[in-house]
Amino acid sequence: MLMKGKKGIIFAGAFIGVVAVLLVYFGNPANMGFCIACFIRDISGAIGLHRAEVVQYIRPEIIGLVLGAFILSLINKEFASKGGSSPFARFVLGIVVMIGALMFLGCPLRMILRLGGGDLNALLGLVGFIAGIFVGVFFLNKGFSLKRNYKMSKIEGYIFPALNIGLFVLLLAAPAFIFFSEKGPGSMSAPILISLAAGLLVGALAQKTRLCMVGGTRDMLLFRDNHLLLGFIGILVFSIIANLIFGYFKLGFNNQPIAHTDGMWNFLGMAVVGWGSVLLGGCPLRQLILSGEGNADSAVTVMGMLVGAGIAHNFGLASSAAGATINGKIAVIICIVFLAIISSFSSDIFSKLKK
Amino acid sequence: MTRIDTCGMSCPQPVLMTKKALEKDPEGAEIIVDNNTAKENVVRFVRSAGYTASITEKDDVYIIEARK
Repeated sequence: MLMKGKKGIIFAGAFIGVVAVLLVYFGNPANMGFCIACFIRDISGAIGLHRAEVVQYIRPEIIGLVLGAFILSLINKEFASKGGSSPFARFVLGIVVMIGALMFLGCPLRMILRLGGGDLNALLGLVGFIAGIFVGVFFLNKGFSLKRNYKMSKIEGYIFPALNIGLFVLLLAAPAFIFFSEKGPGSMSAPILISLAAGLLVGALAQKTRLCMVGGTRDMLLFRDNHLLLGFIGILVFSIIANLIFGYFKLGFNNQPIAHTDGMWNFLGMAVVGWGSVLLGGCPLRQLILSGEGNADSAVTVMGMLVGAGIAHNFGLASSAAGATINGKIAVIICIVFLAIISSFSSDIFSKLKK
Repeated sequence: MTRIDTCGMSCPQPVLMTKKALEKDPEGAEIIVDNNTAKENVVRFVRSAGYTASITEKDDVYIIEARK
């Protein structure tokens, strides 16, 4: 019964908050026990989709998250091959979410972990994130939909988990065509088996509890339902506690690890992530979990994020500790315009105007 | 009673569709869902809105009956 209802989601959040800090203890970059966006970006670099030398590594956490969700969904019979719900819109939304996340320097999960480490820049990110969710919810209430999915042939759902096993083989074999950072965040990592185990456990837990960073605020706004929000708060509270215990907690805006202090662009970057994630039906973590459960639309979204990371670094869109780039600012504005267009045309706004 | 089919819809649309159906016809609704997540979410919403929810499993779907 531990995993049922509110206790289950709070436990999942607490567990993730503590595991994330432990991963930093074992070698992951600071405030980056988990970061779905950063880790997919590192994988993108490892397979050569971008050549930013400091962020290239095949992160076993990602592989673990997918396979943990995959294995548990097979056991509890929730695995189902599905797809065909606006796949290309989802692919591009994956790119958009990645560009927003790399403006801020973190996915919603890392945003909480940054807050848990005392990084107040993440507070502006959080406000932007909530603002983005608010806009997304507005369009949901106006009938926004990417339309339904369909049953796919069984093999469809197995492809993505299988690719992750292949990725793990590449990590162990380390052939010359895979890039591994020798300095910077990409060179900092917990031992492979610890990272993999953390991913597997958290992946299974997130599959079981449906934990979603964007779902918490969204359901509060839509239905006054605090279920998922409790998971979000669990991560925050327990990462603060764990960071205090390990002496990692450092309150302030300046000199925070892998972060910048440009408040407006932290806000706008996370607004793009929040808005885009509402349209996708879940945060980057949730997309990974769903893709492990056989959802091909989510697998396509993750592929969009992988390509988005390549674009973000090749075009100089990603921020660094030095701050946001001009190219990145232009890209975020383009993303906002794109989100506005897709939100409007996939909802009833225009059809109601005609009447 | 209104009958709505939420099969294939991603989060949170099954719940949104349920909410709209119950606003239109407060007496109750029959909601068809095709996965556990949607089933849990719809049942949670229906109960918090003051309805009883009974669930029957049929082939690949669940039918949730929300009644006052």
